[in-house]
Amino acid sequence: MSNFLETISSRSDLITEAFFQHIYLSFVALAIGILIALPAGILVARYHRFAEPIIGVTAVLQTIPSLALFGFLVPLIGIGSKTALIALVIYALLPIVRNTYAGLTSADESIIEAGRGMGMTPNQILKKIELPIALPVIMAGIRTATVLTVGIATLATFVGAGGLGDVIYRGLQSYNNALVLAGALPVALLAIMFDLVLKWVEKRVTPKGINNQ
Amino acid sequence: MIRFDNVTKVFPDGTKALNGVTVTIPTHKLTAIIGPSGCGKTTLMRMINRLELPTSGEIFIDEQAVSERDEVELRRSIGYVIQRIGLIPHMTIEENIAIVPEMLGWDESRITARVDELLELVDLDSKTYRSRYPFELSGGQQQRVGVSRALASDPNIILMDEPFSALDPISREQLQVELRKLQKKIKKTIVFVTHDMDEALEIADEIIIMREGQIEQMATPDELIEHQATDFVRDFIGQDRIARRRDFAQRTLEEFDELLDETWVGDYAEASSMITVQEAIDLLADNSNKRIAVKRNDLIIGYLGHHTLLKAAMKDREGELSV
Ligand SMILES: Nc1ncnc2c1ncn2[C@@H]1O[C@H](COP(=O)(O)OP(=O)(O)O)[C@@H](O)[C@H]1O
Ligand SMILES: [Mg+2]
Repeated sequence: MSNFLETISSRSDLITEAFFQHIYLSFVALAIGILIALPAGILVARYHRFAEPIIGVTAVLQTIPSLALFGFLVPLIGIGSKTALIALVIYALLPIVRNTYAGLTSADESIIEAGRGMGMTPNQILKKIELPIALPVIMAGIRTATVLTVGIATLATFVGAGGLGDVIYRGLQSYNNALVLAGALPVALLAIMFDLVLKWVEKRVTPKGINNQ
Repeated sequence: MIRFDNVTKVFPDGTKALNGVTVTIPTHKLTAIIGPSGCGKTTLMRMINRLELPTSGEIFIDEQAVSERDEVELRRSIGYVIQRIGLIPHMTIEENIAIVPEMLGWDESRITARVDELLELVDLDSKTYRSRYPFELSGGQQQRVGVSRALASDPNIILMDEPFSALDPISREQLQVELRKLQKKIKKTIVFVTHDMDEALEIADEIIIMREGQIEQMATPDELIEHQATDFVRDFIGQDRIARRRDFAQRTLEEFDELLDETWVGDYAEASSMITVQEAIDLLADNSNKRIAVKRNDLIIGYLGHHTLLKAAMKDREGELSV
């Protein structure tokens, strides 16, 4: 234990830098992921014939082992945070696209029918009916993507993009268990913290009248 | 007035839902469309607000073709109530009712006043219910909100697709009675799809009977009970119901021959057992006739007096008169 604390204080510069890199990678990847996945999810919900191919492609991308994906990207893009971000974005896509699609298509058909019959335009139906009903499901997708991204960002070290993976990797190379732990523990804490925060947000955005049904 | 001119609808999968329908739905009346499941009632109704487009033919509202109107504007000008109600779950009752007025750009105070007025109209206490969510209401209450939502912008036409058929029998009957009362007050052009003949006879001014994408007969409830255009209509209404609903005055003496007196000493007029109660009343009203000698195949089968008609009327009220 004292060994662990000693390691933390002696390598605090390394750990702090890795920690913020890790957060940076996760956040940026997530933001880009949301920016792509949300419209894609809305698109596939609107035009069902795109649903199969788009969700299929994201699902296939997801099945590529993460280390292998980083490996594929290096010869194409080289090393650096760009490569790491691309890989992370790819992983963030599936849960968000899939949940956006599922959420948007979960609204009871009779509600949409009533909306159409009252003269709501497709955009009004999306904004006033489908999105509010889908919001909790979409948030759950973003939560999954966040936890996934925080975990996989650990591999960014292999493409020279830093992050807490750096700390773990150095610890492994020097047989320094305390250092490994000093890298792994913050990753786990980050994942748990984000999960809790987003769970809270999810509850907050669930419109009244929906969760009680 | 809503006029269908030779309207045919073939769905992409080849189903012919409507086959050359020509019919006029009158203004300010409640017209029920009835027929077996799948005969095209819903399709016919959804063409009025362009939720369904005809394959051929045209629909006119007050002689303007609906195909010439903007569909969104058209739908906002027509009330729409569906069987599964379709209240928006994350909106309060007030917000649900306010949907169309808001899209039409009404100001807030006007909407608030209108919501109060509408909730009262459908017998829901505004203070209690306006800020509740749909899931906090019973099915019957939800459909009351559904009806007031359709009335919100005071449209001339209201379409109702089996609005009460998913409700429990008690709520259904209540809402039927209230719709009838409401219609007396607001006098809208209501198109009411149902598969329940009793419901149609109870609430409609006009009834359109459909079968396999075509119209078999259009008539008032009374006319329909008196005269059925086809065997299908007769079977669809049912002999029992026809007998039960027939106006007593239009029944024949034949139907209660067991009530006739066997003997009579005094003046009488003679008449066939096939004359109606109305005709018998007219005969008895003639001062010189104290009795009618009722004849079947030229044989007197019994004598009828005022008391016979009273007994028959009482049996009729109890629904015990045979066919
Ligand atoms: N969107 C559709 N695509 C294909 N067939 C349909 C569609 N909607 C209705 N139909 C068919 O058209 C016929 C009439 O349907 P509908 O108007 O809903 O009948 P009803 O309301 O009298 O029960 C039925 O055979 C039904 O299966
Ligand atoms: Mg129907």
